[in-house]
Amino acid sequence: MSIDTQSAPQPTRHAAGPVRTRRRLPRFAPLGVYLAGIAAGAALSALTGFSVVTTVVYGVVLGTLAVYVVSRSVEGQRKATDRLVTSLVTTAFAIAMVPLVSLVYTVLDNGLPRFDAAFFTNSMYRVVGEGGGAYHAILGTVIITALATVISVPIGLLTAIYLVEYGTGRLKRAITFFVDVMTGIPSIVAGLFSFALFTLVFGNSVRLGVMGAVALSVLMIPVVVRSCEEVLKLVPNELREASYALGVPKWRTVVKVVLPTAVAGLGTGITLAVARVVGETAPLLVTVGLITGTNLNPFDGRMATLPVFAYFQLTQPGTATQAFLDRAWTAALVLIILVMVLNVVARLISRFFAPKTGR
Amino acid sequence: MTATKAPIEPPSQQRTVRRPGDRLFSGAAKGSGIFILLVLAGVAAFLISEALPALTAPSEEIPGGEGLASYVGPLILGTLLGAVIALLVATPLAVGIALYVTYYAPRRIAAGMGYVIDLLAAIPSVVYGFWGIAVLAPQLVPFHQWLTDTLGFLPFFAGPASTSGRTMLTVGIVLGVMILPIISAISREVFSQAPALHREAALALGATRWEMIRMAVLPYGKSGVIAGAMLGLGRALGETMAVAIILSGGAGATLNVISNSNPSTIASNIALSFPEATGLDVNTLIASGLALFLITLVVNMLARWIVNRRADFSGAN
Repeated sequence: MSIDTQSAPQPTRHAAGPVRTRRRLPRFAPLGVYLAGIAAGAALSALTGFSVVTTVVYGVVLGTLAVYVVSRSVEGQRKATDRLVTSLVTTAFAIAMVPLVSLVYTVLDNGLPRFDAAFFTNSMYRVVGEGGGAYHAILGTVIITALATVISVPIGLLTAIYLVEYGTGRLKRAITFFVDVMTGIPSIVAGLFSFALFTLVFGNSVRLGVMGAVALSVLMIPVVVRSCEEVLKLVPNELREASYALGVPKWRTVVKVVLPTAVAGLGTGITLAVARVVGETAPLLVTVGLITGTNLNPFDGRMATLPVFAYFQLTQPGTATQAFLDRAWTAALVLIILVMVLNVVARLISRFFAPKTGR
Repeated sequence: MTATKAPIEPPSQQRTVRRPGDRLFSGAAKGSGIFILLVLAGVAAFLISEALPALTAPSEEIPGGEGLASYVGPLILGTLLGAVIALLVATPLAVGIALYVTYYAPRRIAAGMGYVIDLLAAIPSVVYGFWGIAVLAPQLVPFHQWLTDTLGFLPFFAGPASTSGRTMLTVGIVLGVMILPIISAISREVFSQAPALHREAALALGATRWEMIRMAVLPYGKSGVIAGAMLGLGRALGETMAVAIILSGGAGATLNVISNSNPSTIASNIALSFPEATGLDVNTLIASGLALFLITLVVNMLARWIVNRRADFSGAN
């Protein structure tokens, strides 16, 4: 008590001194100043012939400047710089949202007119104008992606097991490094690799669905390895040791203890890897090509796939241009929906199949 | 004698003799790892073997009639030009986004914002191409005109400005959007790993949030940002479909990024020419693909080397 009464006068006397009492702007003042700057920007834009783009650009620049100047005069240099950076990084985030929103809106706007039953039940066989659909292309994408998954998952998963459970020394380091490097292989190069491989085996100008699957596998394997490796590393060592202590062989420990514990993460990783390759266009363009009819045999000739279908509908429209453009946009919409569904499924897997922690 | 000996022997044997199941399983795991290395070597080997006819062919048989170097040269220039623009657009934005998500956004929604940025990476490149040619290119036409009016003295903006917007500049911006999530994801990770002690010490000394970031976060995350930018560069170099759809290419080597005639890029040139190519043209295209493979390989190895070098002395130790 006595200490309180003695020290209480100290701050009041101090505040009356040279130190300014209010060095901070009120809580909502910066926002208000920013909005005033945007209003000024709108006015400036109206003077030079109004447009939304100039309004936003002038507004953001003036708003940022206004906050900086006001803060600098009230709060001083350091705090003003802090506020300047705050508005800059927020602007950076907002800028990144523009293409995302614009892209989703454009695809929805252009893709919905043909988002009908016919699009999912008809192929392009003998269609030159209106109508037609992507039945053949959707099935082709599903078949080729499934084939790529069948090739990639065993190799990727076993490699991840090797890296986590068995690998030591130089080989492990080499595999880790080159798997990382492999994630950066351009998709078109993967396509060319598959083309070169099958050309050497089967002769010139061969086009098969399985070639596309091989090309996609080259892109998919490193993603599977990386995500599975991260998940397997998370499995607690106590589980392995408990299993060894019971006399269980190592391979059975991996199969019966480690993999079931990690199954949710593995499912998520593999689903995300599928999502990564399902929209790949370039490797399929050079290996699988495109046909108008329905070919469901990946070991016999060209197939149609959704991304390549969309690409050719847009770039090589026939006489009925609008019908082709509509189909192209709807194909793009279906592609985005497919990727988003896979992403959501991946998240659901990790939520519902996660091991019970027993807490 | 035998009864007592039998139980003793197995434990000593178990150390040396491995079960067949174990041997099979570890062999399969190791084999898959080696197989991946073989695939990477195979990519190089098969590309070289298919590119060989073009590498050894007389120069007048190469498309263009002036040899492989003058065919691939402008393509490499175009590839680098687009990727550099993408990097200039994406890196500052990505660093800003990463800082915003890690240190500025309200805690409760920060994870959601990071997820939204990651959505940009999920959109297929062909869809970016659609958006680029239908929305962005027309929107950027006035910007092209403004650039050549005000900065026309620079060789990059010499003009005449394109009226369709299908230029290297537009391509670079679209590529920038595409590599944004890559750079920002890695930057976000290293920024969030900046030691809490350093950050709290800076704040305790009275630093503002920006001063804390400048002193404690940025020095720590610098190499991560560089590595992320290089990974983004690798992606931008190899990006195919968006470039193939948007760019009106085909011109020779030029630094002008806003006119109607641009140098094409390696990847888009392959995508555009490959379906109709026959004979030596195919080999030439594969040779250009080999060049792309080598460029991206070097960029990616450099990036990974930086990341790994950083990982050695980061974290809790």
